[in-house]
Amino acid sequence: MPTAEVSNVRTLKVKRFKPSEDPKNTYLNQEKGLWAWMTTVDHKKIGLMYLGSVTFFFLVGGVLALLLRTELLSPAETFIQADTYNQFFTLHGAIMVFFVLIPSIPAALGNFVLPMQLGAKDVAFPRLNLASLYIYWIGAIFTFIALANNGLDTGWTFYTPYSTQSTTSVVWVTLGVFILGFSSILTGTNFLATIHKMRAPGITWGKLPLNLWALYATSVIQVLATPVLAITLLLLTMENVLGIGIFDPALGGDPVLFQHFFWFYSHPAVYIMIVPGFGIISEVITTFSKKHIFGYWAIALSSLAIAFIGFLVWGHHMFVSGQSSVATTVFSFLTFLVGIPTGIKILNWVATLYKGSIEMKTPMIYVFIFLFLFSIGGFTGIMLGALSADVHLHDTYYVVAHFHYVMMGGTLIALLAGLHYWWPKMTGKMYNEFLAKIAAGFIFIGFNVTFLPQFIMGSQGMPRRYYNYIDQFTIFHQTSTIGSYLLGVGFLIIAYYLYKSLMSGEKAGSNPWGSRGLEWQATSPPDFHNFDHTPVVINGPYDYHRPMEEFQLGLADSHNGHGTHHEVNPDPELAGSN
Amino acid sequence: MGSLFDFMLPDLKSPMTGASTDALMAFIHIVSFIILAGVTIAMIYFAIKYRRRSDDDETPLITHNNALEVTWSVIPLILVFIVFGWGYSGWLNLKSVPDNAYEIQVSAYKWGWTFSYETGAQIGNEVHVPVGRPVKLVMRSQDVIHSFFVPDYRIKQDVLPNRYTYVWFQAEEVGESQIFCTEYCGTSHSDMLAKVIVHTEEDFQNWLADQKAGGGGTPVERGENLITIQGCVTCHSVDGSDKIGPTFQGLWDNQRNFENASSQTADENYIRESILDPSAKIVEGYQNQMVSYEGRLSDDDISDIIEYIKTLEE
Repeated sequence: MPTAEVSNVRTLKVKRFKPSEDPKNTYLNQEKGLWAWMTTVDHKKIGLMYLGSVTFFFLVGGVLALLLRTELLSPAETFIQADTYNQFFTLHGAIMVFFVLIPSIPAALGNFVLPMQLGAKDVAFPRLNLASLYIYWIGAIFTFIALANNGLDTGWTFYTPYSTQSTTSVVWVTLGVFILGFSSILTGTNFLATIHKMRAPGITWGKLPLNLWALYATSVIQVLATPVLAITLLLLTMENVLGIGIFDPALGGDPVLFQHFFWFYSHPAVYIMIVPGFGIISEVITTFSKKHIFGYWAIALSSLAIAFIGFLVWGHHMFVSGQSSVATTVFSFLTFLVGIPTGIKILNWVATLYKGSIEMKTPMIYVFIFLFLFSIGGFTGIMLGALSADVHLHDTYYVVAHFHYVMMGGTLIALLAGLHYWWPKMTGKMYNEFLAKIAAGFIFIGFNVTFLPQFIMGSQGMPRRYYNYIDQFTIFHQTSTIGSYLLGVGFLIIAYYLYKSLMSGEKAGSNPWGSRGLEWQATSPPDFHNFDHTPVVINGPYDYHRPMEEFQLGLADSHNGHGTHHEVNPDPELAGSN
Repeated sequence: MGSLFDFMLPDLKSPMTGASTDALMAFIHIVSFIILAGVTIAMIYFAIKYRRRSDDDETPLITHNNALEVTWSVIPLILVFIVFGWGYSGWLNLKSVPDNAYEIQVSAYKWGWTFSYETGAQIGNEVHVPVGRPVKLVMRSQDVIHSFFVPDYRIKQDVLPNRYTYVWFQAEEVGESQIFCTEYCGTSHSDMLAKVIVHTEEDFQNWLADQKAGGGGTPVERGENLITIQGCVTCHSVDGSDKIGPTFQGLWDNQRNFENASSQTADENYIRESILDPSAKIVEGYQNQMVSYEGRLSDDDISDIIEYIKTLEE
C-alpha cells in the first residue's frame, strides 16, 4: 500500500515510520543549558516550564489551604489571627484560580501535546508562545511583589465596594492578574491558529483527537472572555486610583455592576479550567479501554456547546445579589441547559468502557476518580442552579464543596490523569506504578473526607470565608481538616515517585500504553521537531480496530524540512512496493 | 425516602418560606443519588467484566448510538426542567411578601446589624418578631455589601449600600434562630452574627412597649444604647480588653499617642473628630480601619456617646 487517500484531490506517497525505541536525539538533549531553555521556542520545553511554574504555585496554594484548614480545627483563633486568615483564603483562591487552574492543562500539558497530536513541529507562533510564558511570569512576579508589600484581603473575587475601600494592595494585584490575562489570550490565539492551519495531512475535523476539540473550545473562551476581565480590572484600578465612580456607591457607582463584569469572565473561566480536562479524559479512557470513543461527535460538539452557552450563565452567581428578577430567572434556566452537554459527556465516557479491554493503570484510575467526583460536582451544581435552593445554599460551604468537587475533583484529577499518561512521553521515563496507585488512593479518600462534610455543614448553614464558627460545626470542620492532611500526603507521595522517576526511572518505550494517538508515534522523549517525517493520518485517533502499522505513516519523499534523512525502519509490507 | 437527606438541613422554622426549598432539595438529592449510583456501578462493573486479559484483546467497533444519545439527553433535560420550574416557583414565593407583613428596618454595617421598629425602637444584633405572622425586613447597608441569612428559614438576601433589598419569613414556633452575614466583609465577618427571637404576639407587644423609643433616658443611657446599635462595640471594648480598635475604658481625659508620633489628651473635640474623621489621628499600634460616621450620627448622638465614654473609668 504505497499511497493513501487523504483527500479527493491529492494522492500522497507514504511509507511506514516506526518510532525508534532508543532515540539518539531528543528535545531534552538538544539546546541544553539555562540560556537555551530561557530562549527556546520549542513548545515542549515551554510546556515543561509552564508545568514547573504551575507545580510551584500549586505548592504555595496547597500549603495555604493546609494552613487554613489547620486554623479551622477550632472556632476562633487556633494559631493565626482573623486578618491573616482572610489574606490566606484570598491568596489560596487567587493563586489556585489564576496561577494554577487556568494555565494548568492548556498551557502546560496542552503546549506539550497539541502540536504532537497534530503531527506539527511546533505551534503556529512559537515566539508568541514563549512570550506568553514570559508574560505569565511577569504577571506572577508583579502579583507576588504586591502581595509581599501589603497583602490582599478581598477574596479572589475582588467584590466592590469592599475592594475599593480595602487598604491592601488591590490595585497592584489586579494589575498583576491583568497582565496574566494576556498570557491566556495569546496561548488561546496560538492554539486556534495551530489547530486550523497545522494539521498533518489527513487530519480532518472528524479525525481531530477529542483533546484538541476540548483545547479548541477552551481557546475560544480564552480569547473572547479574558478581555472582559481585563476591562473590569482596569475600571477597578481607575476607580481606586483616579476616584472615578464606577462601582463604589459613595462615588455614584453600582457595586452589582462589578459582579456582572467579574462573572462575565469568571464564569466562562471555570470552563477554561474544566473543558481541557474533558479532553484528557477522552484520550486516557480510550487508550486504557483499547476501544473507539463512544459518541465522538457528541463529545466534540458538547465541548463547543459548553463554551458558547457558558457565556450566558454568569448571573447564576448573583441570585441573591439584588439583580433583576427577570435576569435571575433567565440565568437559572440557561444554567440548566449548560448542564446537559456535560451530562452527555459523562454517559458517553462510561459507554466507551462497555466491551472494552480495560487496564487499570494509574491514568485510568484517575479517570475513574474523575468520573465519580465530577459527577457529584455536577449534581450539586444542578442543586445550586435551582433558584430557591440556591437562596439557602449561596455563600455557604455547600458552594465551597461544590466548586472543589468540580475544580479539584474535575480539573486537577484530570490534570493528574494527563500528567501520568504523558509523563513517559515527556520524560522518557516510567514512574513507580505501585506508589502511584497508593497516592491515588490517598487523594481519593482524602478528597472525600475533606469535602463531603462541607456539603453537610453548608446546607446546615455554615457560611464560607468564616474565620470563626459556632460550635455545632466543629465536628465537620475537624473531619474536613483531617481529610486535607490525607490529601497532602497523597501529593507528597506523587512528588516523591516523580522525582525518583526523573532521576532513575525505568526507560519508557515510545508507546508504553499501546495508544493509537499520533503523539505516541514519536519517540520518548520526542525529537526536537517531534517527528522525523511529516506524519500522514488515515484513521481516526481512536480506531483501535485498525492495526498499529496504519498509524505510523508519513510522507515518503519529504525530510520534514531537515537536511539529512534520518534512518527509518520501513515496514516491508507497507513500503515494499515503493 | 426524602427523609434520607433530612440530616443535611436544620429544622425548618418558617415553612411558608422553606417548605418548597426542602422538598426540592430532597428531590434533587434522591434523583442525583440514583443516577450517581447507576453511573458508578456501571463503571466498576465494566472495569471488572471487561478487564484486560491479554495485550492482544480485540474490542468491538462501537462508534455511537443515536437512540441512546437522544435518550440520555432528553431524560436529563426533562428532569432539569422540573427542577427549574420547582426552584422558580419557590423563589417567586420568597419574593412575594404577604400584604399583612409586619415591617422592620434593617441596617447592616461592619460588623453588626441594627433593627428599627415602627415605634422608633432600635436594637442591635437581635431582631424580635411575633410568632405566626409574616415579617418583612427592609434592608440597607451603611458600608460594604453584607448578606442576611437565616438557615432555619431558608432565606438569604444581599444587603447593599446603594439600594434597599428585602426578605420575608413567618416563624411558626417561639424560640431563637441564628442570623449569619454571608457576604465577606472583612476582619470580623465571621462575628457578624445576630439572632431572631420569636415571641408570642402578647410577649412581642410587651417587649416592644418596653423599648424606649428613640433611645430615651439620660444622655449616658442613650450613649450606651447608641454604641451598641451603631456597632461601635464590635471594635471598641468598654471593659479594657483589646479589640480591633482601642478600648473606650479609661479613654476620657487620657493621653493618646499617635502613629505619627504626636499626642493629645482625649477631650470632647478629639472624640468628635475620631467619630467623624477617623483617619485623622491613628492611635499607636492600631490600623486605619474605621469608616466615618458622618451622616450616621447626629450631633446630639455624638454628645450622648461622649457622656457615656466619660463614665468608663479604669
